[in-house]
Order: sequence, then structure tokens, then C-alpha cells
Amino acid sequence: MTATATSARSDLSELGRSETALRTFLHGLPGVDQVGAEQRAAQLGTRSIKTTAKAEAIDLAIRMVDLTTLEGADTPGKVRALAAKALRPDPADPSCPHVGAVCVYPSMVPYVAEVLRGSDVHLASVATSFPSGQAPLEIKLADTRAAVEAGADEIDMVINRGAFLAGRYTEVYDEIVATKEACGGADAGRQGRPRAHLKVILETGELATYDNVRRASWLAMLAGADFIKTSTGKVPVAATLPVTLVMLEAVRDFRAATGRQVGVKPAGGIKTTKDAIKYLVMVNETVGPDWLHPDWFRFGASSLLNDLLMQRTKLTTGVYAGPDYFTLD
Amino acid sequence: MFEYAPAPESRSVVDIKASSGLFINGEFVDPADGGSFKSINPASEEVLAEVAEGGAQDVDRAVRAARKAYEKVWGPMPGRDRAKYLFRIARIIQERSRELAVLESLDNGKPIRESRDVDLPLVAAHFFYYAGWADKLPYAGFGANPRPLGVAAQVIPWNFPLLMLAWKIAPALAAGNTVVLKPAETTPLTASLFAEICQQADLPAGVVNIVTGAGETGRALVEHADVDKVAFTGSTDVGRAIARAVAGSRKKLTLELGGKAANIVFDDAPVDQAVEGIVNGIFFNQGHVCCAGSRLLIQESVAEQVLESLKRRMAQLRLGDPLDKNTDIGAINSAAQLSRIRELTTAGAAEGAQQWSPPCELPERGFWFAPTIFTGVTQAHRIAREEIFGPVLSVLTFRTPAEAVEKANNTPYGLSAGIWTEKGSRILWMADRLRAGVVWANTFNKFDPTSPFGGYKESGYGREGGRHGLEAYLNV
Repeated sequence: MTATATSARSDLSELGRSETALRTFLHGLPGVDQVGAEQRAAQLGTRSIKTTAKAEAIDLAIRMVDLTTLEGADTPGKVRALAAKALRPDPADPSCPHVGAVCVYPSMVPYVAEVLRGSDVHLASVATSFPSGQAPLEIKLADTRAAVEAGADEIDMVINRGAFLAGRYTEVYDEIVATKEACGGADAGRQGRPRAHLKVILETGELATYDNVRRASWLAMLAGADFIKTSTGKVPVAATLPVTLVMLEAVRDFRAATGRQVGVKPAGGIKTTKDAIKYLVMVNETVGPDWLHPDWFRFGASSLLNDLLMQRTKLTTGVYAGPDYFTLD
Repeated sequence: MFEYAPAPESRSVVDIKASSGLFINGEFVDPADGGSFKSINPASEEVLAEVAEGGAQDVDRAVRAARKAYEKVWGPMPGRDRAKYLFRIARIIQERSRELAVLESLDNGKPIRESRDVDLPLVAAHFFYYAGWADKLPYAGFGANPRPLGVAAQVIPWNFPLLMLAWKIAPALAAGNTVVLKPAETTPLTASLFAEICQQADLPAGVVNIVTGAGETGRALVEHADVDKVAFTGSTDVGRAIARAVAGSRKKLTLELGGKAANIVFDDAPVDQAVEGIVNGIFFNQGHVCCAGSRLLIQESVAEQVLESLKRRMAQLRLGDPLDKNTDIGAINSAAQLSRIRELTTAGAAEGAQQWSPPCELPERGFWFAPTIFTGVTQAHRIAREEIFGPVLSVLTFRTPAEAVEKANNTPYGLSAGIWTEKGSRILWMADRLRAGVVWANTFNKFDPTSPFGGYKESGYGREGGRHGLEAYLNV
């Protein structure tokens, strides 16, 4: 999209080496007009998805859920139950697909791994001193390695917002690069191949402006993110449609510039089927069908799943079942 | 692939009467000579209703009813009481908005998403806004006790049937005038439904009169000797004829005519939003918009990139059944308008511009035209000079801000313009120099009842909307 981006593919990998080059590039990205972006997001939200389209959208959304629990009170029992739900979200209906992944704290990874072993459900772990990211780099990397060693195949890291907002872009960049390397596990750097793929949480609620969201998206992708994710769910403003729109435009433009496709994960605050479908419509009309797959789009959510199941049952049976017919885990 | 299943809005919310009469002195009546014409659904060519065609005699009856209501009831009525009726009408419009939106889409061909989310909310907002002025006219800046003009003759176009009705009727009534309104011959149905709403609101008889018909009916109305005010929205040719007809009479005149607006995109524009603005500027309401951004001026250094994004976005536009809630582009309003669009696009291609449309299947019945852009257009091309009034965008390039201003102003029209840049100082510099009644910055086709709207040059004179809109209906 940018003049810089369309010029040459090989140039972009060099950007992270120089603070000046990185800053020039990020500040050269086209601006985002707040009113226009919000208007577009609202307009997409008026799409009416009914009958067969709704059924397809619900199943796709279930497959895209990163079923999440990130509480101080999480216990092995709690996360095992959640993992069981991830495998079979609707015990009453075997045709119901499983979710995309389970997302937990690093210390809970081993218990979830036991349950998910042999299945296609991914195991995501937050890392890098989630949610604030305010810890020395070595500790963040150790956190990451521990999660990978314990069996996580997806790492949800947080960027250093303090550094980003202070304009120290290479610091943010280098941390992402280092975390990506740590995703290879304890022997990272020797074998080289990552064992876990990396989702980079921008915490858009703290970045405040859409211009910042676009810059942070590019920064994360340049540094090697496999996914960019909106939020930790731990600050008041989590995922919104306009923020996700700006991030989708970024991954679209990044692929056009570099040929590499990056996924997007809105997280936090998406609670209803209606919300989820609005996001799918936005994916469909912004980046197209290439992203309409759990490999490229995820929902970070917990209560969303039961609403999806409820609506799914409504579509097949014609009646709403009460909330007690869906498991609380 | 994520295919959206059909999501049609139900037609059953509106009861379309097989025939509709003239609304004169608070009642539906048959025309004196019994003439009628058909109003069709442009998306299917199905006949929706048989509509009364008003002749000179009917116009005379309507003007006399309006005169009587002006002298006996509406003129002497205190402003706060007039406001009561206008507020009531506004509320009924909101309550019946779904019905009105469906009928508007059926008769006009515009997508229900637009009639529901744009037209109807604005219609109600106009009535609410001017209702608020009715008892505050001494504070409008036109003297301590501004007087109404009397009987207003109002002729409106087919592109926004109800919204244009609201733009005309709400300020006229708020100021204390009575009206005779002629809707366009291809879109008379929502005006008849509005007449029912006037009855429902107990509006005194004769305050609003609606005479349906075609050009001859309109001519009889604007030429009627007992009319004090003529307000017209429509083509520049008809506007000229009206200006000639009322010249030398006491009639006060406002005209809102054609446009060929420039939508100007600078190299520092927010590209994704600019593309949305371009799409909204020209494909909103199938381009049947007098202030449409029909000339896109792109700074040459980003032209390729903007066009690439624009084409990708245009491929997402969904053309089809206007009542489907997911339709973006509805039907062209009439066979005559479709042939006008075809004539000009054929000329554009013949003159050497490159025509492009996304892959787009057009329904077999009805009047349709795929969203189209022409690149390689120069100022000399007909498609850069004449108003197409369809979903057709002419793309030109410029090198400097001064050149953008020069090209934007190089048209006989001057209704609107758009500027896309992140630089605030440039927005102000451009807006000072653009000869257009409305200049939008980093947005397009935004309307609000509080904001005056109107043209420079051959786009007409007088303002509608806002405090300024009252002036057209007051003796000042």
C-alpha cells in the first residue's frame, strides 16, 4: 500500500536494524482517519447474515475460538475442564466442530497438553510477563521458553507498549525477534525452527490511536509475527471492530508488499454470535476468503463459545435451549 | 468462500394502494380530467400503482386550498403551535420509518440499507430540526418579526423522494407558509404516504397539498399566478426554464440543480478511508446524487495505488435486489435515466477513456448499470463535463494543489467538493478556493439538517437546511 512497501520486497527485512529507517517507514504509512474507519466498521456491521450463511458462519466462528482462561484463580482442574470443552464443545451434538485452541497461562500448559494430546486443537500460552510486559527481557524469554517446553505450540506475547509509546521502536522490534527465537524452545537458535508460532498482542486499548495501531501492526509483522492480536483482555478497552479493521488492512497490505500472510486475532469483549459474525463479515470484505480459516483468524474469547453453541442449536432445532443445556467450564 | 444468503426486507410492512389520488385540502381526490399514470418498481418493472395525474385545474384547486389555509389557519397560528404539528409529523415518520423505507426502495430502486439508514433518519431529523425553529423565528437573524411568504410551489426530483420532500416542506411550514408539492413522476408513492401521515397528525386541511404528475403538472404549478414562492430541485435545464417562467413576477425562487463535483485525493490522504469516500461519493444511491463526487482528482504520485485499492473495493460492492439488506447498489430509477447513462458512457469510451467495472452480474429484468470507472479522462471529455447521474466515476490526475483547484473549479457547476489529506492547513487553503456550496474534508456525502446546502454557478441558488434554509421561506 505504501510507496515504500510496493517498491521492493527485500528492503523490508533490513528495516529493523536501524532506528531511523524503522521510524521513517512506520511514520510514512498512510494515516487512518478515525471517523472514516469507524464509519466503515459500522457499515459492515449492518450486513444481515441469515439461514445457511449464518450456519456456516457459526461453525467457522467455533473453529476460530481460542478458548481462554487467564485468571489468577486458574487451577489444573479448571483448565482440564476447559480443554475438554475445547475438544467437544457440544456434547449433545457430535457434528459440532472443535475450537481452534485453548489459551492459558504458562503454568497451566502441562495440564492442558495432557487433555489435548493427539487432537487438532492447538495449545496457546500467553507469555512475556503477560499482561503488562513490564519485566526484564531475559525473564520474558524464559517465560516463553518454559511455555514452549511444556507443550504450547502457540505463544501470545505482549509488546512493550511503554517502549512503543516512547518511540523506541527498535526495542519493541528486537523483543519480538527475540521472542520469536525463543518460540523454538530451550534449544532455540541451534535448531532454528520454531516449535510454536507467535501471536503478538498490541494491546490496542493502550495505543489509543488508529495510527498507532497501524504502526504497531507493521512493526510486529516486520519483526516476524505470525499473528497480530488486539488485546490482553486485561485493560478496559479490548477488541473493537474499527481496530480490527485497521489491523486487517495492515495484514492485507503487508502480504501485498512482502508475500507473507499474517493472521489476526481480536480478543476480549466479543461475547455474542452477532458480534462474531460482524467480525467474519469484516474479514470477508476486507481481506477476503484467504483469511476465513482458523489458521489466519481467531477469536480470543471465553463466553462467546456458549452463545455460538446456543445459536447453532437454535438453527438446527428451531428453538432456543436454555443456558443450562450448555456446559459451564 | 463466505456467501451471504438472501436477506430480503419484507414487503408486507407496507400496504401499497392500487391507485392513489391527489391530496388537496386534506383529502384524497380524483383529478378533474381523470388522467393517470403508472409508477413502476425499477428493479423489476412491475407496476406498483396507478397514480393520478394532476392538470391545471387540479393545481388551481390545490393552490386555492393552500391560500385559504395560509390566510385562515396556518399563517395566523402561533409558532409554538405550528411546531407541535411538525414534531408530531416527525415522530410519526420515525414510527412508520420501516414502512416508508420499504416503499421508497420499491418505488425508487435504492437499496433498503440506504433508505433505512440514511434517507429516513434524515427525513425525520429535518422535521425535528425545523419544528424547533417554528417558535424561534425572531432569533433567526432575519429581523424581529419575520413574516412568511404565503403559498410555496415545490417541485422535487426522484433521487431522494422523501428526503427532498422533507427539505422542502419542513422549513416552509416552520416559517408559516403552506405548500403545494409535486413529486417526481417516477417516484410519487412515498409522497402519497406522507399525505396520509399529515392526516394522521391532524394537520389542518390545505397546509400541505400534493399534486402528482409529470412535467406539465409542474409547469402549471410554478406558473400559477397565486404562488408566492417557487422551490425546485432537479436538472439545470428545467431550472433554467423555471427561472425564465418566474422572471418579472413577485415569486421568490430557489433552485438546487446539477453538479459535477470533484473529489480530490492528495498523496498524504488516509488511503483506506479515501477509497471508502470515493465509493460513497459516487456509488451511493447509484450515483443519482446531485452532489455526487463524480470527478475523482488524484495526485499523480499516488494514482496507481489509489486506483488499485479502489478497484479492489469496488469488487466488493453487491448489486441486486434493492430490498435485500446486503445490497449496496440498487436499480437505476428509470429506463430514460439508464439510456442517458449509456449514452454518456458510450461517448466516454468513444472519446478514448478506459472503462472498467468489476465482474458483476446484472439482473435480467429492471434497469441496471454496473459500477463503472473511467481512467485516462481529460477535462475535454464529455464524461468530465456533463452530469451523468449514475454509478460512473471519471478519474483525472493532478500534480499540485493549485492544479487541483483549477481543475475542480473548471466546470459550470459548483455544488460540492471533497478534499482528502491529513494536512489541516491544506484543507483550509483548498476550501477557500473551491467554488462549491459544500466542501467535505476527509468525508463525503454527509448531510445534516443543521447545515446549509446549495450551489454556486449553474448548480443553483438559495440554501436549504440550517438557519440559512429559513431565509428562502421568509419575507426578508
